[in-house]
Amino acid sequence: MSSPETTPSVGTARVKRGMAEMLKGGVIMDVVTADQAKIAEDAGAVAVMALERVPADIRAQGGVSRMSDPDMIDGIISAVSIPVMAKARIGHFAEAQVLQSLGVDYVDESEVLTPADYANHIDKWRFTVPFVCGATNLGEALRRITEGAAMIRSKGEAGTGDVSNAVTHMRTIRAELKRLTSLPEDELYVAAKELQAPYELVAEVAREGKLPVVLFTAGGIATPADAAMMMQLGAEGVFVGSGIFKSGNPAQRAAAIVKATTFFDDPDVIAKVSRGLGEAMVGINVDDIPVPHRLAERGW
Amino acid sequence: MSTPTIGVLALQGDVREHARSLVESGAVAVAVRRPEELDQVDALVIPGGESTTMWKLAVAFEMFDPIQQRVKAGMPAYGSCAGMIMLADRIEGGIEGQQTLGGLDMVVRRNAFGRQVDSFEYDLDLPGIQGFRAIFIRAPWVESVGNDVEVLARAGDRIVAVRQGPLLATSFHPELTGDARVHSYFVEMVREL
Repeated sequence: MSSPETTPSVGTARVKRGMAEMLKGGVIMDVVTADQAKIAEDAGAVAVMALERVPADIRAQGGVSRMSDPDMIDGIISAVSIPVMAKARIGHFAEAQVLQSLGVDYVDESEVLTPADYANHIDKWRFTVPFVCGATNLGEALRRITEGAAMIRSKGEAGTGDVSNAVTHMRTIRAELKRLTSLPEDELYVAAKELQAPYELVAEVAREGKLPVVLFTAGGIATPADAAMMMQLGAEGVFVGSGIFKSGNPAQRAAAIVKATTFFDDPDVIAKVSRGLGEAMVGINVDDIPVPHRLAERGW
Repeated sequence: MSTPTIGVLALQGDVREHARSLVESGAVAVAVRRPEELDQVDALVIPGGESTTMWKLAVAFEMFDPIQQRVKAGMPAYGSCAGMIMLADRIEGGIEGQQTLGGLDMVVRRNAFGRQVDSFEYDLDLPGIQGFRAIFIRAPWVESVGNDVEVLARAGDRIVAVRQGPLLATSFHPELTGDARVHSYFVEMVREL
């Protein structure tokens, strides 16, 4: 911008968290090419997540999974006008630095990629770009927020098309939030200890009854009804990974999930948009995946 | 109309924050997703969010034409960020075929201030509102205005708040600050009209 009268401040907590507020009620879609990004934008996605392989392929192909090629991210950034997110490995602050320099709008410090550090997550306060992180429970969410995450997504089991883990984790977070709000003030100290999160943040959440950042859901969402259920369980928006571009008719399924997310509480709409979508992604039952291969258990 | 009922378009975006600021300003706030809900309100707020998504959903759920008709018939409306884009007669930097509801005689440039790493907070003055902390997120600016549009605020030399009759728009997000003075200004507009 040109010649401001006062100095604008970039990268503040309000600017970072505010960006996520603008995504609420929306669907963020995993894309691996500029063409897919266009399809997602045309279907009404609020943002796209640029990555090299969708989780279903990461699962199938194995190997170490890393940040995407900058050329590919640039291609997606120039193909669409909606926000572009990209994934960095847990703890890999240099990948995050690269993503910030490429101009991505949000960094997902993601368990879907192979972790780079098994002790520390990225110190997200040091960045201008905001971060979203996954969580399986309230304590994990609060630890990520303490490290600077400006948005939380409940973890599911990515790349499976099986929504059960997403449900478990969203219900867990919701139940723990509810419990916290019911505690007398003098029990919040022990609650903070049990949640392994700072007392001030725990007290704030107990007072407000919600996280101080937006809470989305992710992992295993494959149908409009999946999205509607997660919204009814308290998600403020939805990440869809492999569920769209591993299905029979991505454009139509993407648009249907967008509509279902807005009208999550209207079964007539969900029924209407669920018709004639063709095949959903084939899917894997989470129970059939050996525990060491489960992605949601990465991060702590 | 001492306590106007003001709808917040609830297709996507930060609906709850707008509703909270409207209530704080003495209005009754309701979420609007369906044409029959639109019929019940005296005025409409179009929230921040993703303008391309809101446009697609407004068309898909048969809200686009009814809102446009109400705006043409003089219903007061306020748009922040994506809402400003929706209320602009003409836009730059939209996606192919992107339509707006229109009403404000101006050209708005989408994402004009840059990407998220360029998003910022900034103090500005509006008529009767001194030192308002404005939050700009991948924000648009107003490129040019027609004769009947009043410019309410600039950030540097960029136009970021405008009014034309019953229509108000800001590039920034007063709903995110907890400072309800811009919403009070709008509620006052609704009361007067």
